[in-house]
Amino acid sequence: MTETAPDLDRLRGGAAPRNHDARTIAALTANPGCARRGVMDAAGVDKDAVARALGFPAPFGQSQFAITRGNVFEQQVKADGCAELLTLLREGLGLDVPEVAYDDLETVAGNEGRELRHIRTRRLLARALETGEGTLFDHPLLRLDIGGRPAYLEPDVIAFQFAGRFHVIEIKSFAVVDGQAEPEQVAAAARQSAVYVLALRDLVAELGHDPERVSHEVFLVCPENFSNRPAATPVDVRPQLAVLRRQLARLTRIDDILAELPADLTFAPGERLAEAVRTVEARYAPECMAGCEMAFFCRDEARACGATGALGRSVRDDLGGLDTIGTALALADGDLDPAADLAETAAQLRLASLLRAEALENAEARRAAEAPPAPAAAPAAAIPESRAS
Amino acid sequence: MSALSALARLEAVRAGRAQPVATVRHVHIADAPLVLVPLKLAGEAAAPLAVMAGAAPDAPSLLIVPQPRNRDQRFAFAASLARLVLNHVETHRGEVEELPGKDGEVRLRYGDAPQLLVPNRGGVRFLRLLGRSTRFRSTEGAYAVDAAVPVLGRWLTWFADRHDHPGSSLLGAATELLRLHWATGQSSLEDGNLAALMGWIDPPDGLDGPSAAALAEDPVRWPPAGPATDPTFDNEVLAPAIAAYDRSGGDARARERLRAAIETQVTPTWELMWRAVGLLRALPEAAGVARRWERDRDAFTHYHQTFGEAYPQARRDPPVRAARRLHDLERAQEAYEAQRAFDDPLVMAEQRLTGAAFGGVVTECHPERLDETGKRPKLRPLLRVATGDPVRLEPGTPVCSAARPALKGRIVEIGGGGVLVELTGGLGRRLVPEAGVVPVEGDRVCFTSRTEGSFGIARFPDREDTPWTHGGPPEDYVPTADDAREDWS
Ligand code: SF4
Repeated sequence: MTETAPDLDRLRGGAAPRNHDARTIAALTANPGCARRGVMDAAGVDKDAVARALGFPAPFGQSQFAITRGNVFEQQVKADGCAELLTLLREGLGLDVPEVAYDDLETVAGNEGRELRHIRTRRLLARALETGEGTLFDHPLLRLDIGGRPAYLEPDVIAFQFAGRFHVIEIKSFAVVDGQAEPEQVAAAARQSAVYVLALRDLVAELGHDPERVSHEVFLVCPENFSNRPAATPVDVRPQLAVLRRQLARLTRIDDILAELPADLTFAPGERLAEAVRTVEARYAPECMAGCEMAFFCRDEARACGATGALGRSVRDDLGGLDTIGTALALADGDLDPAADLAETAAQLRLASLLRAEALENAEARRAAEAPPAPAAAPAAAIPESRAS
Repeated sequence: MSALSALARLEAVRAGRAQPVATVRHVHIADAPLVLVPLKLAGEAAAPLAVMAGAAPDAPSLLIVPQPRNRDQRFAFAASLARLVLNHVETHRGEVEELPGKDGEVRLRYGDAPQLLVPNRGGVRFLRLLGRSTRFRSTEGAYAVDAAVPVLGRWLTWFADRHDHPGSSLLGAATELLRLHWATGQSSLEDGNLAALMGWIDPPDGLDGPSAAALAEDPVRWPPAGPATDPTFDNEVLAPAIAAYDRSGGDARARERLRAAIETQVTPTWELMWRAVGLLRALPEAAGVARRWERDRDAFTHYHQTFGEAYPQARRDPPVRAARRLHDLERAQEAYEAQRAFDDPLVMAEQRLTGAAFGGVVTECHPERLDETGKRPKLRPLLRVATGDPVRLEPGTPVCSAARPALKGRIVEIGGGGVLVELTGGLGRRLVPEAGVVPVEGDRVCFTSRTEGSFGIARFPDREDTPWTHGGPPEDYVPTADDAREDWS
């Protein structure tokens, strides 16, 4: 790992590394086959800046109304030593939470260095695991191994110790109306929470304790119905944990990718930036739009080379996994003799093409027959009528 | 999705323009649909910011909430919207038809029904939440709201509920309706952007699909179709305008400036909506549309007529109702898909591709063949259909004609590039087929193994008989004082 460390600094062109958050990690697992993203994230490259420099800024602007709403809600829940949160845990979920201590791990004596913060998180959690001291640990700084390299995580969550176990509490400002929220938002929150659970478990294991002391049950705290009143919902993130583990294990080994790349590669701004980015293989899918700052650049690239993936994973699957639009169309048109392993896909496409053509031609013929005579044809049609009268 | 729709996307890429995936229109388009373009305040579940509404392209009303966080203003907005929507509902009932009902009673059906159209699924979701946040409000007491507000809430809830019903045209999302008829050369994610979708289907002069769609992704040129607003607009225009309005203490000029700013955000979508309506209207209507619209009118008639006796829809369905609803939806889905295939050869092509149906030319025909193995002879004409389709059906499988589903038959043998079909029904009552019902040599035919309504009839206990395992008979949902007081912040 230390061998390639200088390479990573060079990739960033000397800029300071950007921290991961659970969103970026959850998104990383959404596209584990993408080497480009893997390398850029491992090096802590500011992808947003790179995308802007390439002329493809990411559309991740946030409305100040949404930011304000999120902040106000979070402050409200955490006010007075998390008074509302505790009421929720005690009354809403019926947990018998005794004496409470609240530790904010965000700042360490004015110095916000990641190592220091991580050390403090470790120390406090170690003590908690041994003695049961401490209840709410806000903003723990965690670490997670991503593609063979440690990534720091700055979760905006609380680790809540109760009855010898830790639970992740995530405060989100989307509303839960009659026990239901927008499924995409819940899914995203659950995916992120799973990242935190995993990172916390790693830490607990490192400290010599049973990782299961971090519960798979997380608490989502959201405004209830149309009010500002918080409500806590326990969410079992075991399915997300399973996916996450599997994807992280599959994540292309960054070091292997780096070994293949030119030694002088750098993502520093400059004329050769686009070329540098293109050197690392991408695997664009429309899902990238929701999670990766490079999405517009990669989409443009995928479209330019006629990649079926740009139309969506399901389209690519329906085309039997064919990668390029040109090949698929040539097979559909019958202009290309398929290789043996493509015979079935080719037959499907050929038939689909014939069926489409047949249906469209018939519809066209029917429409022409039923359509009122066009102005030019009108005199001809009028002749028999005048004879009849 | 299937190879067929995937191929349509590829063809769209090649042509630089959207390609049809239907040859007829599968949805009812009212003469005067009520188009609604809602906007909400970012970060909130259902805090309305504005709605542009109207039943004609040149007559939009723009309702706004100048300070979306102000509860009184929200309810004033809800009351204005209520008047508009309820007026539309009341004026689109048409003539009342009298039909024979059960036990010799007369059943009523309105000759028309109101149709609501919003830009996208987010718009449907917004109406659903707006319905939820208003239907329990009380018109009396300390938290009294305008009498029209809870009525609006119940109607919006009902419309949103009907939207879940496959084949219903009462509340439509333009992006969904368009995608039912055209495939673009972009992904379904991008199709969610109405302007981009319309760019592919009907690019402005001088542009092709991709370039029109690219322009449509610029939020300055094409503001989002809502209900979410463009964050940059929020930060640079809306927030200062709201702040100025607040500072002015509700001054009319500040309000007007705010309104004008919001208008720039909804007007492009408003125009797109009517262009979309025009495109859909220009397609020839499918045969099943009138029948499904009749179901919609039935549902509307029932809800309208029982409105006075009923309570607002519960927060959550009781178990039997939920199970029945799920069953109904599944059945409707199946019937809807079957109808679409019968109405549209391009949809039927999906079944032919998977081998559940086959099409071809009749090469051999015995229209008067009799089956004399039983006590009485039966009319059983035989047809041989030459087809290149990959038929995946067993001999004995019942099939029916795509063009005339009443014409039924079963497969006798498959092979040698053809299928031998024995016709068993839809031939008339005598031992010679009625004229014109049996296809003749040289005719193009299509037979499918999928029939409409293969789903059984629902058997659920009446609500009074809800088993105790499901909580026993549910109580009617009666709104409480808490409901009326519920925050809407
Ligand atoms: S947007 Fe590009 S870099 Fe990011 S995950 Fe997708 S393909 Fe990889």
